[in-house]
Amino acid sequence: MYAQMVKSTGKGVKTPEEMTPEERAFQARIDAGEKIEPKDWMPEGYRQTLIRQIGQHAHSEVVGQLPEGNWITRAPTLERKAILLAKVQDEAGHGLYLYCAAETLGVSRDELIDLLHEGRMKYSSIFNYPTLNWADIGAIGWLVDGAAIMNQVALQRTSYGPYARAMIRICKEESFHQRQGYDIMMKMAFGTPEQKEMAQDALNRFWYPALMMFGPSDRDSVHSAQSMAWGIKTMTNDEGRQRFVDQTVPQAEYLGLTIPDPDLKWNEERGHYDFTDPDWSEFFAVINGNGPCNADRMAARRKAWQDGAWVREGLLEHARKKAARRQAAE
Amino acid sequence: MSALFEFLLRQGDNALVLGHRVSEWCGHAPVLEEDIALANTALDLIGQTQMWLGLAGEVEGKGRSADDLAFLRDVWDFRNLLLVERPNGDFGHTMMRQFLFDAFNLVHLTELANSTDDRIAAIAEKAGKEAAYHLERSRNTVVALGDGTEESHARMQAALDALWPYVGEIFENDSVSDELAADGIAPEPASLRAAWDARVQEALAEATLRHPEGDFAHRGGKTGVMHTEHLGHLLTQMQWLQRAYPGATW
Repeated sequence: MYAQMVKSTGKGVKTPEEMTPEERAFQARIDAGEKIEPKDWMPEGYRQTLIRQIGQHAHSEVVGQLPEGNWITRAPTLERKAILLAKVQDEAGHGLYLYCAAETLGVSRDELIDLLHEGRMKYSSIFNYPTLNWADIGAIGWLVDGAAIMNQVALQRTSYGPYARAMIRICKEESFHQRQGYDIMMKMAFGTPEQKEMAQDALNRFWYPALMMFGPSDRDSVHSAQSMAWGIKTMTNDEGRQRFVDQTVPQAEYLGLTIPDPDLKWNEERGHYDFTDPDWSEFFAVINGNGPCNADRMAARRKAWQDGAWVREGLLEHARKKAARRQAAE
Repeated sequence: MSALFEFLLRQGDNALVLGHRVSEWCGHAPVLEEDIALANTALDLIGQTQMWLGLAGEVEGKGRSADDLAFLRDVWDFRNLLLVERPNGDFGHTMMRQFLFDAFNLVHLTELANSTDDRIAAIAEKAGKEAAYHLERSRNTVVALGDGTEESHARMQAALDALWPYVGEIFENDSVSDELAADGIAPEPASLRAAWDARVQEALAEATLRHPEGDFAHRGGKTGVMHTEHLGHLLTQMQWLQRAYPGATW
């Protein structure tokens, strides 16, 4: 998931009796599966929760360019380079649709970017892990995009119309991303001994961070209940994580790779795999700025924004001059 | 090395090296729309590389693929213009380099679409559509930043002045181009200069940029005689996996 630990009202879900008549009518629309559109009345808490979630999701797409961009110039073949460029281009495009969806809630893209740069908004914890060998690019497509798709497919049914529609478009492109990732993993896992070693190393490093993408366990996720009640979230963190594990284990087996969890096993009774939870203390450290790459990622984004200031100002000034000349000519 | 093979390497290496340079911007552009546009330009150029170097390998007849040519040749085998291996500099520098190249690429590909070699004509036809779009974008960016703020104007003028000594090489004829021109395969580079000048002068005027004086030209890229020091570092990065793990399939 590209949005984790999204704060909601923090006050718990109101009972129908505690709601105002407007809130009750709003909740009835959500419960009936209706989509909420930008001009519709909505509780302020709903608007703010969505801004945080969509903003975090957009930032994740933008920051997510960095770990993959780290390998574009070292991609091993022309085809791999082209595919990776196409993928990163898609991700920047996803960032754009998501910022547009957030703008329908009354916040500008520049405001959201400022919040990110000031450290007041987050992006997915996964992008604070480094890409150290070429198989990491495969693992990102396979595991990270795989986890993201699982959540984004659920978000196609989210209650806010512009967000749901952005997700439909994004999901179409994400399935191509996951396939290309798995394709890299197959080449590596069935390649030379060194390539297989890279593939296993990538899986070892990305397995638990991928599980963390779904956010903390439901029992520790204080804001989830409100987001579920409002139909912003349509699947709990633990449901998503279980679904991801169940889908991924056979894929790893096919590759002949070992998932770094000695306690992973099929539970006949539950009809699911049992698995070890990620180390949540590591997750909270990463979320709070102490992941392996947090400082580098933010420094790269701030530098890009600062170095680009003269370009943005130049383009705006030219647009103003052009408009003035057009007006003078009329 | 046959003249046709060398010509195809020039085409492929220009696209490859410039595509690599542009791809270095990934995630670092001034605004999200530019990240998308730069990735898109790099992607087109890598696609063009596959076509030109693919044909080069076929013409050479030694069983080398486009990947073999891209990843397993050393600096002296590369035949790209010095212009495209110049480091990115700031965004203005990158876009000025792109504009100077795009204007040439479009004029050149338009002529190549009439090549007596059908395979070249087919590639030129496809690549020409992309080059037209690239030129529209790089031209408009050069105009906007040239005619933007005082700072953006100064940066664009500095970029133009720094890159100008790399323009002359584009239009130099040599034995390779003489042979291809005689067979109607490719135009003489010098014959494209007037059309290029017209496009460039029009844009620079609108951008309020001063046309550089002097025609001093660094040369040695497209003949492979003397590349800049920058190309070796670019190849070190680009070719690393193929060199470190020879024979692997990726």
